[in-house]
Amino acid sequence: MMEVISVIIAALFTENFVLVKFLGICPFLGVSKKTETAIGMGMAVTFVMAIASMCTWAVNHFLLERFSLEYLQTIVFILIIAGLVQFVEMFVKKSMPSLYSALGIYLPLITTNCAVLGVALLNVQNGYGFMLSLVYGTFAALGFSMSIVLFSGIREFIDERDVPEAFRGFPIALITAGLMAIAFTGFSGLTI
Amino acid sequence: MEKKKSVFMNGLLFENPTFVQLLGMCPTLATTTSVKNGIGMGLSATAVLILSNMLISLLRKIIPDKVRIAAYIVIIAAFVTIVEMCLNAYLPDIAEQLGIFIPLIVVNCIILARAESFASKNGVFASMLDGAGMGLGFTCALTIISTVRELLGAGTILGIKIYGDTITPMAIFGMPPGGFITLGLIIAVINFIISKRKAAKNK
Repeated sequence: MMEVISVIIAALFTENFVLVKFLGICPFLGVSKKTETAIGMGMAVTFVMAIASMCTWAVNHFLLERFSLEYLQTIVFILIIAGLVQFVEMFVKKSMPSLYSALGIYLPLITTNCAVLGVALLNVQNGYGFMLSLVYGTFAALGFSMSIVLFSGIREFIDERDVPEAFRGFPIALITAGLMAIAFTGFSGLTI
Repeated sequence: MEKKKSVFMNGLLFENPTFVQLLGMCPTLATTTSVKNGIGMGLSATAVLILSNMLISLLRKIIPDKVRIAAYIVIIAAFVTIVEMCLNAYLPDIAEQLGIFIPLIVVNCIILARAESFASKNGVFASMLDGAGMGLGFTCALTIISTVRELLGAGTILGIKIYGDTITPMAIFGMPPGGFITLGLIIAVINFIISKRKAAKNK
């Protein structure tokens, strides 16, 4: 139980995917202009990352490790994720049309979100079992959602301010993210 | 010849993937803690870019349009695996430093973007040249960012001490927040230069 809690704290704060590990920066900067879209992106990523953690663990454990094909991990994982995203897209479209229209174009974009492939590879690297893989995947995604939603809130405020011309757009967003990351370094060393 | 040159220079300068197109931000921020890592990452991505652009351009008439993205990803993943194996075998210390970001070259948007927007429409030689230009543009950008970060964060460049006894280096630049702030400041400087040049042209 203690192990699960310490994995959760690491995934949310001390090893926050966006602000500490630099995974999933593209959607973090790309779809954080409005809080609404940021929440949608966070939900979609959480959904896919939780399922991807389970699937990649199963394939790695039952196929790749059994036949000592670990060197195929990258290719197999990215194929699983691409297939999974396609499948999730069809499933959500059929059964939850309101969620589908809310997520919109963000679903297909998740394939190239490095947080998803990253979590699959990190699960293998850290030697997590099924349970811990699922917990780490889910909470790393929640950590991602948390930072993208907080960031979008700050960006909405910045949009109304008079920013020097050269800093408009990406530069000020990056510096804001830097200041958020400084705040997150305060969590480092937090353990149970 | 002129066209070939412009294809190459496009990636290196005018359409620089990092500073102008803002693609591939994850490796840009994560691997620029030291110049050595930055160059290692840049050259690995360049190798994958040239090879995948070459193969995708060769196969551009065979791959069916509907499954092209999946096919591109498999081709890119295959080359990334080869590069990863080479790094593990010949440069184990760089491979260890870059860690998970080597397999993550697969999802680097620059590579898929070039496959989709250039290699799938152009000849083999032009595609390889485009890959080399974009890859070197990416490498240059990483080198610039990592030079700033290593100099400010550790007081060294490529491990050679520049200062450090009299002034304490600002360790924050070697840490994650420094990555965001350095990149933000560099892009702001580039924006400033571009707007000054535009203003000078209009006069």
